[in-house]
Amino acid sequence: MKDFGKYFIFLGNLFVNRESFRTYYRLTIEECVLIGINSIMLFALVSTFMGAVTTVQTAFNLIAPYIPRYVISQVVREMAVLELAPTIMAIIYAGKVGSSMAGNLGTMRITEQIDALEVMGINSTSYLVLPKIIASLLMYPLLVILSIVCALAGGYIVAFFASYITPTDYIYGLRYAFNPFTITFALTKSLVFAFIVSSISSFRGYYTEGGALEVGQSSTQAVTTSVIVILIADYLLAQLMLAA
Amino acid sequence: MIELKNISKSFGDRKILNNINGVFQKGKPNLIIGASGTGKSVLLKCIVEIATPDEGSVFYDHRNFTEGDKDLKVEIRREIGMLFQGGALFDSKNVEENVKFPLDLLAKMPRDEKYDRVNLCLNRVGLQNANKKMPSELSGGMKKRVGIARAIVNSPKYLFCDEPNSGLDPQTSILIDELIRDITYDYDTTTVVVTHDMNSVMGIGENIMFLYKGLKLWEGNKDEIVNSGVKELDDFVFANKVMMAMRNK
Ligand SMILES: Nc1ncnc2c1ncn2[C@@H]1O[C@H](COP(=O)(O)OP(=O)(O)OP(=O)(O)O)[C@@H](O)[C@H]1O
Ligand SMILES: [Mg+2]
Repeated sequence: MKDFGKYFIFLGNLFVNRESFRTYYRLTIEECVLIGINSIMLFALVSTFMGAVTTVQTAFNLIAPYIPRYVISQVVREMAVLELAPTIMAIIYAGKVGSSMAGNLGTMRITEQIDALEVMGINSTSYLVLPKIIASLLMYPLLVILSIVCALAGGYIVAFFASYITPTDYIYGLRYAFNPFTITFALTKSLVFAFIVSSISSFRGYYTEGGALEVGQSSTQAVTTSVIVILIADYLLAQLMLAA
Repeated sequence: MIELKNISKSFGDRKILNNINGVFQKGKPNLIIGASGTGKSVLLKCIVEIATPDEGSVFYDHRNFTEGDKDLKVEIRREIGMLFQGGALFDSKNVEENVKFPLDLLAKMPRDEKYDRVNLCLNRVGLQNANKKMPSELSGGMKKRVGIARAIVNSPKYLFCDEPNSGLDPQTSILIDELIRDITYDYDTTTVVVTHDMNSVMGIGENIMFLYKGLKLWEGNKDEIVNSGVKELDDFVFANKVMMAMRNK
């Protein structure tokens, strides 16, 4: 609970900035490259397989002859858009990006690099953390869109080779009874999760105390805390936005 | 000139600094000496307020830093150069960028001039060909020297060095001490050096503060240090055989 208050003070500190807009701009671009570009391969790979597996498993569950085939891809679409891409990928995002943010800040803390920034009169919180959060808010939704596309493509590949659904049925199902609001929902979730992962991981890393061992612990804690908060937020958002 | 008034600091229930008073003079190297673990680094951190003192205030040329507002703190901090015990180089930046970093903050200088200044400082610490090296590729002593270059690049009014020559060979050690002394004289900086090296003490110690278990036990200059009459200080000073021989003469 003490951490909870400290976390909000930490967030407040982000906006007491001193440096020029140009500095933040440059730092944010650097973070975007670090977060975004380096995660593309992982996200594409994981999503494609998830899409493929979901298609196979949904087909397995819907073998009754009176269910039209295109329902399979309709289900895959809803799964990918609503849960797989924004939420499951957020957990992977926490594992990859969150842990590295915490590790990076933790190392800077224990090797006195953060102190060095402070001595130079820089607000180290906003200098180091704000670009990470902004970059995360910019990149994660893009990664989620990529992930949706890849998951649906993964399903298509299955449809191409499988006997139980044809590519034509698959595409038909994807477009059948499509509600654009699900995309709005997915993007809202992705913004919320991006903020959760980047701010919690930065917080954990920033307040590391001790040595190399503690940096490792901070990284682990960053991931665990982020994941728990993501799951809670996921439930709350679903209640808020989907339950009419 | 920097004045310390009644600085105390505890971690948990361990009192690390106990009511430290003192004055660090302008244009001279001021030394803080004491055994390992007595709180020298903590004192330095309290002075620049990376650690907040529990009690007491620090005055920079009569400006109250501890109780000053945010603007005053930033103003004073931009006049400070600091070398950390471990160098504290930014490990995502190469040597040149590390040294240039404080210049970029003030950013009133043309680009070329900045690089000239960086090279000048790297020259002074004897690192001519390391501009593009990353901190992970440097030895401990080299990191320290880059740290010094970064600390002096802005021509600071106040220079703090935490053990500038631990981990350096005796020859480089002396060079670094002389460098710190020269900078102090040339730019009239208020320099505070933490050390437990008696060579430095005898070389540049014009105003020395001796810490023992969080207390200031003695202050004076290098000529007075051998006849202080303080037992703990004698133990510290004459642990060294050369110093012992000097006393016996
Ligand atoms: N952040 C901290 N939390 C708790 N205790 C600390 C902290 N920083 C320092 N200490 C304690 O304060 C004491 C003084 O530490 P300090 O680093 O000032 O020693 P030092 O005099 O600089 O020693 P050395 O010459 O080895 O660098 C040590 O006993 C250390 O355990
Ligand atoms: Mg120390």
